[in-house]
Amino acid sequence: MNGGGGAPVDFDVIVIGAGPAGLMTAHSLARVGRSVVVIERGEAVGSKNLSGGIMYCHAIREVFPDFLDSAPVERLIARNVLVFGTGSGHVAIDYADQRLSAAGTAVTVLRARLDPWLAARCEEAGAMVMPGLRVDSLLIEGGRVAGVVAGQDELRSHVVVAADGVNSFIARGAGFRPPPKMSQLGVGIKGVVKLSEAQINDRFQLAEGQGAAFSITGEVTGGIGGGGFLYTNRDSVSVGLILRLDDLTAQGGDSSVLFEGLLANRFVAPYIDGGRLIEYGSHLVNEGGQAMMGDIVWDGLVAVGDAAGLTINTGLTVRGMDLAVGSGIAAAKGIDAALAAGDATAQGLAGYPAALRESFVGQDMSTFAKMPAFLENPRLYRDYGQLTADVLRGVYNLDLTPRRPLLSLARQAVRESPVRIRQLLADSLKAVRAL
Amino acid sequence: MNIPAVAGRLALNRFVLDEERPHIVVNQVLAKSTGTAERIIAVCPAKVYSWAADGTVAVEYAGCLECGTCLAVAYPGALEWHYPGGGFGVQFREG
Repeated sequence: MNGGGGAPVDFDVIVIGAGPAGLMTAHSLARVGRSVVVIERGEAVGSKNLSGGIMYCHAIREVFPDFLDSAPVERLIARNVLVFGTGSGHVAIDYADQRLSAAGTAVTVLRARLDPWLAARCEEAGAMVMPGLRVDSLLIEGGRVAGVVAGQDELRSHVVVAADGVNSFIARGAGFRPPPKMSQLGVGIKGVVKLSEAQINDRFQLAEGQGAAFSITGEVTGGIGGGGFLYTNRDSVSVGLILRLDDLTAQGGDSSVLFEGLLANRFVAPYIDGGRLIEYGSHLVNEGGQAMMGDIVWDGLVAVGDAAGLTINTGLTVRGMDLAVGSGIAAAKGIDAALAAGDATAQGLAGYPAALRESFVGQDMSTFAKMPAFLENPRLYRDYGQLTADVLRGVYNLDLTPRRPLLSLARQAVRESPVRIRQLLADSLKAVRAL
Repeated sequence: MNIPAVAGRLALNRFVLDEERPHIVVNQVLAKSTGTAERIIAVCPAKVYSWAADGTVAVEYAGCLECGTCLAVAYPGALEWHYPGGGFGVQFREG
């Protein structure tokens, strides 16, 4: 079979980028007998890949039922903590539940370990994985994508999968996707701090093998839209920040100094005390939600995962890897159907967006479509943590003056804060709608 | 915990340097006239960019973490930035 009736192909499908999106696409296609190559620019699979570290894993467990036992996952999340930092302390919601870990909902992962495991599953299924090679551009013939150019070489395929991550250079370079706005991106900065397994169990109050995910907002970002995180790996902690680029540049913030401030923060520091920093990385994060998706299918080309703008930040959870997995599975469905029909045009590949819309990925992207606009509200990062702390202070700060009912304390705290009652009510309503 | 400065943090990572092909080129005139210079100097988590003594923007591309943040905040055309060649650049051991 020939793609557009042109030259013979080297592979049915060429996947650019060996992250979860590309590898799951390749795995699903290889499993149904399609010839697939995954081209990865890192020296080894996983060496360019960085994430905060929480992977919601129901989708990948459907493909690999042994995932939790066989894959190099770090810890099963049993505790989620949401922290609002204030100038003088913090207010936290601490949710620990054995039902979460028993259900195997989320794990912490380190990508230099997880992604090679996924690549090995791809190879077992019959896909070829080629690390150490950078795809420079798409091979475009007669208006359709016919393969890729890597250095002196051209490789041809019926379909190319752009799984090249958040920068999405492949689709952008060919003019298929517009560059994102600054408000649609955040920079994630992460350190990995080595501690012993026992230290982590003690400090985070965890049973063996169980993990915690802390999401920290407020003063840690210096009032810049975004937040901090603290995730437990087996014998290390991932600690970092995500800072929205429009806000960061408008305030002239220095990202490396903010990272240092996070590590020294009075809430964060005790958790990593005595540890040793072993890695420092940064990575862009899609923050635009559904508005960022746009087109994901063209003649001979599809985009998956981060390259397709698939990230959901609800303020409580940040999701990317599960959406990458889901989009890879949906893309493989659409590509397999297109290959069977001998039509790899955008129309022939329409099974992918259709499968994506029906899957949890499309449904959740749509459910949380209003979240990015809600999260642009600066009061979330500057005022509400302080306001909550001020109300609670009224409750706990017993000082011989007569006590007042909670509602009266709350009214006074709002009066003294820069937040107006009208804004508080409007923001509450928006929060309920966005979530 | 002892927090190393940026250079010390970068020294924890493994980098494979492509000495012949820098993957970042700054258009000095445009970078200065558009405010891109100040932005990329502040925003880069690896401190790749700094003011040189002669008033130009210096680029330490060897320590680049390849996130693409500089390109995202740069005025179009002020910065030429692409990924290093296959096998070159930062190689994360944890990720």
